[in-house]
Amino acid sequence: MRRITVGPFNRVEGDLEVRLDIDDGVVVSAEVTAPLYRGFEQILEGRPSLDALTLAPRICGICSVSQSMAAVAALRAVDGLHPAPNGLHAANIAHAAENAADHLTHFYVFFMPDFARASYAGRPWHAAVAERFAATRGTAAREVLPARARLLEIMGLVAGKWPHSLAFQPGGTTRAIGLGERVRLLSIIANFRSFLETTVFYDDLEAVLALDSGAALESWRDGRGGDFARFLAIADDLALDKLGRGAAPLMSFGAYQGVDAPLFAAGLYDPATSRWRALDIDAITEDVSHAWMRDTAAEPALAQTLPDADRPGGYSWCKAPRLDGRPIEVGALARQAVDGDALIRDLLRRHGPNVRTRVIARLMETAGLALAMQRWARQIALDAPFLDPAARVGEGAGIGLVEAARGSLGHWIELSGDRIRRYQIIAPTTWNFSPRDANGIAGPLEQALVGTPVGEEGAASVAVQHVVRSFDPCMVCTAH
Amino acid sequence: MGPINLLWLQAAGCGGCTMAILEQGRAGWFAELASFGINLLWHPSVSEATADEVTDLLADVAAERTALSILVVEGAVLRGPNGSGRFNMLGGTGRSMASWIGELAPRADYVVAVGSCSAYGGVPAAGHNPTDASGLQFLGTEPGGVLGAAFRSKAGLPVINIAGCAPHPGWIAETLAALALGDFSDSALDSFARPKFFAEHLAHHGCARNEFYEFKASAEAMSQRGCLMEHLGCKATQAVGDCNQRAWNGGGSCTQGGYPCIACTSPGFEAASNYMTTAKVAGIPVGLPLDMPKAWFVALAALSKSATPKRVRANANADHVVVPPTPSGQRRK
Repeated sequence: MRRITVGPFNRVEGDLEVRLDIDDGVVVSAEVTAPLYRGFEQILEGRPSLDALTLAPRICGICSVSQSMAAVAALRAVDGLHPAPNGLHAANIAHAAENAADHLTHFYVFFMPDFARASYAGRPWHAAVAERFAATRGTAAREVLPARARLLEIMGLVAGKWPHSLAFQPGGTTRAIGLGERVRLLSIIANFRSFLETTVFYDDLEAVLALDSGAALESWRDGRGGDFARFLAIADDLALDKLGRGAAPLMSFGAYQGVDAPLFAAGLYDPATSRWRALDIDAITEDVSHAWMRDTAAEPALAQTLPDADRPGGYSWCKAPRLDGRPIEVGALARQAVDGDALIRDLLRRHGPNVRTRVIARLMETAGLALAMQRWARQIALDAPFLDPAARVGEGAGIGLVEAARGSLGHWIELSGDRIRRYQIIAPTTWNFSPRDANGIAGPLEQALVGTPVGEEGAASVAVQHVVRSFDPCMVCTAH
Repeated sequence: MGPINLLWLQAAGCGGCTMAILEQGRAGWFAELASFGINLLWHPSVSEATADEVTDLLADVAAERTALSILVVEGAVLRGPNGSGRFNMLGGTGRSMASWIGELAPRADYVVAVGSCSAYGGVPAAGHNPTDASGLQFLGTEPGGVLGAAFRSKAGLPVINIAGCAPHPGWIAETLAALALGDFSDSALDSFARPKFFAEHLAHHGCARNEFYEFKASAEAMSQRGCLMEHLGCKATQAVGDCNQRAWNGGGSCTQGGYPCIACTSPGFEAASNYMTTAKVAGIPVGLPLDMPKAWFVALAALSKSATPKRVRANANADHVVVPPTPSGQRRK
């Protein structure tokens, strides 16, 4: 047996380090390290409550709106506030734009370039895939980056700019959308939809979203062009459905709050039993036994974050969140499984969570978001306010739960005299890339890496790259 | 002359500056870099090279086997705990980012701090600065930082600070292109080493709320159309940046978006608090427009308030236009 270290690990948001124990060319054990700690929770404590709206988004440049929305949701919860419906729709549009842009960035900029690597030069698809997806040189980048920039023009209309906006407030959003602006929003969304239909899927989004089983997906993609079908062909050849298998329950906090219900439901889905159940937020704990953190309360509502770089047994700045004591996988796959998407549930029944299903779920969700954004834009009532002026008090505790592109994001806050007494954040990749807990149970990525064949390549193994990137980690959020 | 090699490193930041630059260019940022002859040696978010390939590449730059024209650093440099830099290690190398940056910066013709974190410390340096975060050549307004006030890159320039949180993608792209073109010198930088092409303007210049500003017709709550300076904390009259002369994400800006400028291009902006409330003494905002004597401001504000047209006053406290302007040609005589 030998141990290898993989890092710097790039084409993720931030940096990470993975240590692998290899036996007979196969990973038998993995340790994941989040190598950056900035101390946002410490920085937020003691400040006026609304400073969270300026500082929390700056945790993350790729999921800035998600961090804003979680802070906003927590502040709303403290005072029992409800946003103006228009503000809800406008925020949903901006949030969906960010998440869709993140999914595109992941697929085109972070994930696919690995298949252009020279180590795949012997595969029949390599030349075409390298021309299309090679990092920084492929033809896809010239199409996707402008399409992404156009999609993010939604931020110019709703949020002033991206990343890092103060447009998201407890009462709603700060910029009223008028007749002309709504048309501009719809025009941007139409451009985005067109990009998805002509470049990613080669089909109408309605037809894509009607796919309801693995079999339907197989017949749909037969002979089809587009980058999604290209990925599916590679996934077959490399058996990506056998790579990066996960066994953890899948969780979603529920995404895109509506006036009545969220667009995607909250809950837990266990891929081992194919069962859905309701989510008990109080069952969430954080363990610091293998983190460079001082001991603290296990409940996020009572915990503190105090670093201790010399803690014995520590190997990451990331705490280990658990639900009912178990590691949990979050992300688009979890979100769609929990919400009951028929295709995703069928794929999970057949193959469980793996590299292929994670990528499929992300792209299918992107298609769904384009249609949802169109609906929300139509639902804006042009003469009604975007911000409810109800007064805040800023006394007591609140939890803000949202879904970022990468999965469940929670802010646990406690305010006193409208100042922040306590602030705890559990980000999506905190869940997915958690270190071991006190029982020695490894985090979801650590488990998913076990069994990965690396052969003689060791640290250069591209299979390891696929597994890690299939989770679309956001390392700046992870330890924050 | 060889290729203009650009190496981009991410230290303790949020990645938002990279997200911003990826918005640049009608054919994408990679095509834009190529059009100015810039070779992207490595960027953590977009390059193929990973793990040992990167460590080898950095070693080649450190040993000057690979020439480095432009070193870009995004994110603050964390010196803690206890000077070890362990709050931010470069994965797989067993070394802190602080150590890597200290070694690589002297090898570069130009060193560029992208974003207020790497320029001045930024948000990670807020509060009691739990990680001992610093900018490359400043900590807040204090010269020094991790490289020292005397540091000059091989081309003889201090660290070029593309301030902003996040900066406009154009500020980044134009600075890098100007460096590639050889169009940059000391005189192109202001006293905080920000490129003057954006820093010799105020965020206020070109603000669409200008008429409300002129009449001191102020918004009293977020989402209202009036000027954000008097009550809602807007620092655009004190913060540098051509923010309202450029389109952000196709046509926005902070004040266009309905919220105040927080002066994110200013060193130490993270040390402020209550960003959406104007600090006042005896009813007069503490932060007055740059270069404006207080007495003048008070007198002018009183005068303009007394002259505010009804239309402007009504619209200032609404979220959409409630009283439209009436062009004189349409007036009945």
